[in-house]
Amino acid sequence: MTATATPYIGSRVQRKEDPKLIKGEGIYTDDVTPPGTLHLALVRSPHAHARINKIDASAAKRQPGVVTVLTGADTAATGPLPCFITLPNLKSAKHFPIASDRARYSGDAVAVVVADSRRAAKAAAAMIEVEYEPLPVVIDARAAAAPGAPILHEELGTNIAYVYPVKGGDIDKAFREADVVIKHRIKNQRLIPNAIEPRSVVVRPDEGGGLTVWTSTQIPHFVQLITSLNLGLSQNKVRVIAPEVGGGFGSKLNVYAEELLAAFLAKTLGRPMKWTEERREGYLATIHGRDIVEDVELAAKKDGTITGLRIRGYANLGAYLQAFAPVIETVLHIFIIPGAYRIPAFDCEITGVYTNTTPTDAYRGAGRPEATYLIETTMNMLARELGIDQAEVRRRNFVPKTAFPYTTITTLAYDSGDYDQTLDKALAMADYAGFEKRRAEAKSRGMLRGIGLSSYVEICGLAPSKANHALGVGWGGYESARIRVHPTGAVQVFTGTSPHGQGHETSWSQIVADSFGISPDDIEVRHGDTFESPGMGVGTFGSRSLAVGGVAVHKAAEKLREKIKLIGAHMLEASPEDVVFEGGKVHVKGVPDKAKTFGEIVFQSYMAFNMPDGMEPGMEATYYYDPTNFTFPFGTHIAEVEIDPEVGTTKIVHYVACDDCGVQINPMIVEGQLQGGIVQGIGQALYEGAVYDDNGQLLSGSMMEYHVPTAADVPNVELSHTVTPSPVNPLGVKGIGEAGTIASTPAVVNAALDALGTLGIKTIDMPLTPERVWRAIKDATPKEVRK
Amino acid sequence: MISAEFAYQRPTTIQEAVKALAGAPDAKVLAGGHSLIPLIKLGLAQPSALVDIGRIASLREIKTAPPGVTLGALVTHERLATDPAITKAYTALADAAISVGDPQVRARGTIGGSLAHADPAADEPAAILAFDATIKAIGPKGERTIKAADFFRGTFETALAADEVLAEIQLPAQPARTGSAYVLFPHPASHFAVVGVAAVVTRSADGKIAKAAIAVTGASTRPFRAGAAERAFTGTGGDDAAVAKAAGLAAEGIEALEDLTASAEFRTHLLGVCTRRALNIALERAK
Repeated sequence: MTATATPYIGSRVQRKEDPKLIKGEGIYTDDVTPPGTLHLALVRSPHAHARINKIDASAAKRQPGVVTVLTGADTAATGPLPCFITLPNLKSAKHFPIASDRARYSGDAVAVVVADSRRAAKAAAAMIEVEYEPLPVVIDARAAAAPGAPILHEELGTNIAYVYPVKGGDIDKAFREADVVIKHRIKNQRLIPNAIEPRSVVVRPDEGGGLTVWTSTQIPHFVQLITSLNLGLSQNKVRVIAPEVGGGFGSKLNVYAEELLAAFLAKTLGRPMKWTEERREGYLATIHGRDIVEDVELAAKKDGTITGLRIRGYANLGAYLQAFAPVIETVLHIFIIPGAYRIPAFDCEITGVYTNTTPTDAYRGAGRPEATYLIETTMNMLARELGIDQAEVRRRNFVPKTAFPYTTITTLAYDSGDYDQTLDKALAMADYAGFEKRRAEAKSRGMLRGIGLSSYVEICGLAPSKANHALGVGWGGYESARIRVHPTGAVQVFTGTSPHGQGHETSWSQIVADSFGISPDDIEVRHGDTFESPGMGVGTFGSRSLAVGGVAVHKAAEKLREKIKLIGAHMLEASPEDVVFEGGKVHVKGVPDKAKTFGEIVFQSYMAFNMPDGMEPGMEATYYYDPTNFTFPFGTHIAEVEIDPEVGTTKIVHYVACDDCGVQINPMIVEGQLQGGIVQGIGQALYEGAVYDDNGQLLSGSMMEYHVPTAADVPNVELSHTVTPSPVNPLGVKGIGEAGTIASTPAVVNAALDALGTLGIKTIDMPLTPERVWRAIKDATPKEVRK
Repeated sequence: MISAEFAYQRPTTIQEAVKALAGAPDAKVLAGGHSLIPLIKLGLAQPSALVDIGRIASLREIKTAPPGVTLGALVTHERLATDPAITKAYTALADAAISVGDPQVRARGTIGGSLAHADPAADEPAAILAFDATIKAIGPKGERTIKAADFFRGTFETALAADEVLAEIQLPAQPARTGSAYVLFPHPASHFAVVGVAAVVTRSADGKIAKAAIAVTGASTRPFRAGAAERAFTGTGGDDAAVAKAAGLAAEGIEALEDLTASAEFRTHLLGVCTRRALNIALERAK
């Protein structure tokens, strides 16, 4: 045990999880193959919408190695896949792992092959003959909501799953009294998540009728819960393990068809089952993100002061409701649209619609990037319309730092913030003042240069439970932690969070190290195993892990810290008020020589003969932490781009960011989250977009067509930060997992529009592909050159 | 991504390779494997056997044999991009080679494989066409040479017979005052050429354009020479107006491909831009 006085919170501790991952020693789900494993292959509908008239698997069943072939009717006992959300009047369609009557998107499973090898399963799947009767297809949300559209789920009688309004203030007055109204249509295109590790699941039947499930998931406890409920197994008989998980970005925040199927088949056939997704299969069968079109009207005074904001939008939910789908473009989107600004009147209504496409759900940022893109591109349109500088128009509308805690027109209570400070810092880093000179220099080379701002506020935490309940989220928003200090002083932390790249093993050990005055190296953080962690872990998503799960770890550690202090005082024959616990030792104030070490005290807690009367022996604590509010990180990002007008390419030549996520536990991890997030947001701005044809075929069906940015595509990002602690939790932390993605997309598009604005171009849809930019330039009236 | 089963042979001489090919219907030659293996894994190619020519040492050589240079089929993209025999006299080929894929692909992928595979968006075929190279094929009946202009027949289609091995590429000597360049507009994801143009220009002593070769990849179902542009450019002074005129003629007579990345209109536009940029660099290098 290394005693230490150094505070670890705030220091750049090297990530504990990296050595094994870098050396290829990490165990992922696909690395697990119990003896006797059978392999699954799914037969997927090539049609986006079709009645399934007949399935002939007789030839497939005769193939060597094939154990069985099952259809939707054969597997209905799995019960439906879960959607955890209940919005008012939500029309929730039945969603089974295998479709039985009709396929509703290209990729919808219609049969499953079980065979003794993956190769045999795949080969047999190709031999199954399905008689489809193609039905009319609708892929666009607005079209699917219109009368006469082909209906996906006849039992619902409509494709509209929800209509979700949020209103505040006097919107009619706001528009009546406005000097200027900005109107535009905003599209957040559909994105494909692309976690490096494809999904994978292995289920082994255990003695006594239980199941062990290894799965690449962000929410092992929900997989456990649904598996036990749906299959009628006692929850203690289902162990779910999320081993190393190679990224998720929300795409593994579901209980998927293949997970439930593999569990069902393992239970009924009594053999281990395995399924690992192929990348092309994942493009069809793993959730997509975004896909919302919104008509925006912003009312403002001549000086740029916003008076009101009205929005009508259509969210494309795909063919079925996935786990969290109904909250993405409602709760997680609408409430944060006002962003960093005081908006006195607000009227937003989003309609969620079923279409013949892959279901959509949470993708990094989940509703919040869409919100920030909406407000930040609209702010720049307002600035251009009024001839006000884009930084100035933001400043004039910012919630001032004196106004916190601040209640928005959408009833969110922002915890803390200083928006001018991050803006000022970012402007200085970007040399905003010197930009026009650079624009002129670029022009002399025939290039169009632009600069774009994005000042964001994010909601993190996704708790408290009361708010979750009020908003229709069907589960509490707390997180759990258990800390076990063994008699030898070895420390284990069990967390309900389920990291898949975020570095919780490192950050959580820093938090506990500071409570105990020991080194993070002496603390083991364990996660992703429902048999080890506290009874319920909610999981890792929505930038909630630190602000909820990290605080739970801190609370559990502080409980033990207090116990250590009391036992130490008792051993020193001193009153608890007269001792201090620092540097891994308890000593009498002013007498550091008279001390009991962390190890001695822990050992005593298990010897248990020299403790305060009535104290519980042992050194273990569990804490379920439910915050009192969300947290609200913020910041400003600035992108500078050059567009080659001849071929339409957009290159980011400079990118700076100043973010405030409250107290940082490990600045290196914060920077890593920002770098990755920013690149992902750049992907949406410039490169990524799922494209369907009118028949519902995914044209961007592989990484050869769908461009995920690589290191060669993106600029060096310069980062800085301010620290405005959150008053919501004792660590003062807010969350940083999604901020980069949220902020960067509008920064890049605003920069491109600043460049294109010189030609009179006011809007452009993402992604800013060369052809799209070239066409915009070609179509622009060259006369209308602005300053 | 599970390939079907196939037989595998690894001959050590070309003669053995030819024999192996003749003995297995639907066999394919395996060189660097960076095009063929993905096709097999995706089920788009299902050869009964692979004849791996990777151990035939003689095919790895670059022979400077005045008046030209001979490339063995197994010369990698990386070597083409860096070998002085190529970078000096056949710069457009070096430019094309460095445009291929990424460092791993360039280290393993080969010129012979690229030509025989005949992806319509591959980079090197444009340079091979522009340099008027000839391709030596060896089959059961012996050797024959095929002009580059006759080699590319269509998408993944060449003049090679199923029982022939592409052995060598012969690059003819280039006259003095010759410069060349390859300019592409890469697909953002695959880095294949949405359009790629190889230009080879030779000035005469008086500075006029004595000879111009302009070859295009990515724009059509196979690489082609932009004849109208070449004719328009030859005999001019190589000034901006002449370059612009040639660029405008590069798409003459072809119907440009259309896909998710570029409409036919945009691709035609890019072809003009790449032609102009390639000609300008080639002219600079011809000084």
